[in-house]
Amino acid sequence: MQDVRNLPVEDAHHEDQEMQVVAFRLGNEEYAVDILFVQEIIRLLNITRVPRSGPHIEGVINLRGNIIPIVNLHSKFNLQAAEDQEDKRIIVFKWDEVQVGIIVDEVSEVIRIQGQDIEPATKVYGALEADHIKGIAKIDNRLLILLDLVKIFESGW
Amino acid sequence: MSMDMTQYLDVFLEESKEHLGNLNQQLLELEKNPGNLAALNEIFRAVHTLKGMSSTMGYEDLADLTHHMEDVLSELKEGLLQANSQVVDILFQCLDRAQLIIDQIESNGTADYNNQDLIRALSQIKEGRHINQAEGEEELLETAVEPALSGSFHFDFNDYDLTVLQEAVRKSYQVLSLRIAVDPASLMKSVRAFMVFKVLEEDCEVLKSIPAVPDLEDGKFDDNFDIVVITKQPAAVITDRLEHISEIRVERCEIINIGQLTVQHPVDTVSETMHEVEEHSDTKRTHKIKQTVRVDIDRLDSLMNLVGELVMHKGRLEQIGTSRKIVELNETIEQIDRISTDLQSVVMKVRMVPVEQVFNRFPRMVRDLAKELDKEIEFLVEGKETELDRTVIDEIGDPLVHLLRNAIDHGIELPAVRIQQGKPRMGTIILRARHEGNNVLIEVEDNGAGINIERVKQKAVEKGLVSSKEAGEMTTEQALDLLFSPGFSTAENVTDISGRGVGLDVVKSKIEAINGEIQVETKMGQGTKFKIKLPLTLAIIQALMVSVRDEIYAIPLSSVDETTMLSRDDIKLIQGQEVIVLRGNVLPLYRLDNLLEVPGESQSDDLYVVVVCKGDKQVGLVVDGLIGQQEIVIKSLGKFLAGIPGIAGAIVAGDGNVRLILDIATLF
Repeated sequence: MQDVRNLPVEDAHHEDQEMQVVAFRLGNEEYAVDILFVQEIIRLLNITRVPRSGPHIEGVINLRGNIIPIVNLHSKFNLQAAEDQEDKRIIVFKWDEVQVGIIVDEVSEVIRIQGQDIEPATKVYGALEADHIKGIAKIDNRLLILLDLVKIFESGW
Repeated sequence: MSMDMTQYLDVFLEESKEHLGNLNQQLLELEKNPGNLAALNEIFRAVHTLKGMSSTMGYEDLADLTHHMEDVLSELKEGLLQANSQVVDILFQCLDRAQLIIDQIESNGTADYNNQDLIRALSQIKEGRHINQAEGEEELLETAVEPALSGSFHFDFNDYDLTVLQEAVRKSYQVLSLRIAVDPASLMKSVRAFMVFKVLEEDCEVLKSIPAVPDLEDGKFDDNFDIVVITKQPAAVITDRLEHISEIRVERCEIINIGQLTVQHPVDTVSETMHEVEEHSDTKRTHKIKQTVRVDIDRLDSLMNLVGELVMHKGRLEQIGTSRKIVELNETIEQIDRISTDLQSVVMKVRMVPVEQVFNRFPRMVRDLAKELDKEIEFLVEGKETELDRTVIDEIGDPLVHLLRNAIDHGIELPAVRIQQGKPRMGTIILRARHEGNNVLIEVEDNGAGINIERVKQKAVEKGLVSSKEAGEMTTEQALDLLFSPGFSTAENVTDISGRGVGLDVVKSKIEAINGEIQVETKMGQGTKFKIKLPLTLAIIQALMVSVRDEIYAIPLSSVDETTMLSRDDIKLIQGQEVIVLRGNVLPLYRLDNLLEVPGESQSDDLYVVVVCKGDKQVGLVVDGLIGQQEIVIKSLGKFLAGIPGIAGAIVAGDGNVRLILDIATLF
């Protein structure tokens, strides 16, 4: 019986949950991903174009002998990439033994965010785009778009 | 099974399968030549090991079965029983049962087979021997030997041993009987015993030991054991050398006077027997010295990856070396170059296994099938030491089973038919493996009926694969190609052995999946030969590197026929398709930049054309430049980018960049 009383508490606990995210910039927007998905962050390497692959596939890189596909999120989210090459990085994600990298214009920092600071995406975005987005995190004056990597991996980027 | 044992289960399964394979092979050998002592000893040893392993692992059924096999085998060994077809058949049945038990252990973790039927059969064989013995044959032997050996110890010499001893003395060797004592406090008795044998192996022949060598190796003895050796060294030298091993003491060393021993056998067979002894002791020796380690193939793959990395960075160093022109650096780089090349080839070799592993299970299969179909077949295996990459070996078994079954079922005729046609009664099937350049050729050849081309065409028309007009115009080769089309089978009757609906098309697709090719040659009434061409390895291939604008691609050399240079004027148009004429042949021309949507415009007026083969058709591929031939390590593009038509995989080039490998079969 006491379970019933506990239910709302657990929900609240979920909102309180703290998570660490890696924040990065794509064009003029700030994005963030759960740090648990991030395998590593590297400087830009030569990317080899892969013909006949999907529209958002930038190509493949050689990461210590492993071939890793690189996705162009700028084109996927319809954003303008920054001119400046100096700050650009590749973030390599790993999920369920599949590795994928993305090019970002700048990696800003690792931030702790509280569950209650996350606004559900549906309130801000249309239903279609919201598929890839977990929510919007408000940190001081900044708005971070929190990507739902599980959904992105499952839908094949 | 206790927790401790589960970690050994894999090893147990793997090793028992290996032993069973070996047993099948040796037993076949014994069936052919019942007097083959080397085979018999090998069988005995393998059964003994199997028994030991299964009882350690707690599989009592298997231990019990092998124990009874061992009983029969030891009687065979001592010459008390003959390896006739009845005995061999029962032993084969035992091996089959053991295989079943092991398969069940593999899938369920335990096995519950009732082996009483086979154990009874084995005991009957033994009893049968005892009946013979009652007839008196046996007693003669025993009485002849026993009084010959007096003294405080006792060796059971059989007549075979005696002939060896006799021959040894004739060649002025002396025969020593030693009692070796191991310090009772020794923790590793088996190791000490092993060292004794190791020392003795230098210039002695160990003829006999009590307990037997396998038991000594397992440490199954008290504080001492007796051995009989043949040597030219003085007894004192041997004793001295043995005493140098720690925890070992020679309790007694006597010279056996062979003159007292009666030998019943005529002298003319002696030299032959002696020869066999030498052969046998040789195999025993290599068996001891050859040490192997089982390694997970994944670890080898990652080792290979690391070596690839190393080679790549070496490439970078070379670039730095050439631009900076530092002599010391360049010398060091040369050294590294040599070492890394060696390292690469060693790692490649580690992955190579002899085709023997696959071939060894076939003689048994051929024998059984031939018996079942009342055919008489001699099965020859050639070149089983030929090595292939482990990954290729794993894939080649099933197609070969299929081809062999075909040869037995459809190829070789019944003995009566063969005699009628003036052929020898016994048919021959040859399984042959050999190197040919960068490939390994495996051939399955029979001297049976051959393939009736007309019948093939007729069947293809019946099945609606081709029209009768097409069939009429077909060349022999084209008609034979029909054999590999899906849903084709010419067997008059569907038998249990082949012609079960899965045809040669499956064989072909399996072989093509590992970058191989299959061809067939046949002559009516004389036989059929299937030729399989396989790459040495799947991981490393030779490739032609080509450039298109700023991009570089690798084309597997196996699909390249030739390269040539043309000017724009050489290109003709046929119904909008670009073609070239090359030595009288009209080849369709594809531009790689269009196929792969390479950005940029071609500048040059000269065109390089790579003539590639797709199946049996030739096609010209236009590229901007030819870079050269290179050995490349194939890497997968991963799950995420799998299945792109025209792309077979990727390589990491010497400069660290990724280059793509083209798949000609799916490119256009």
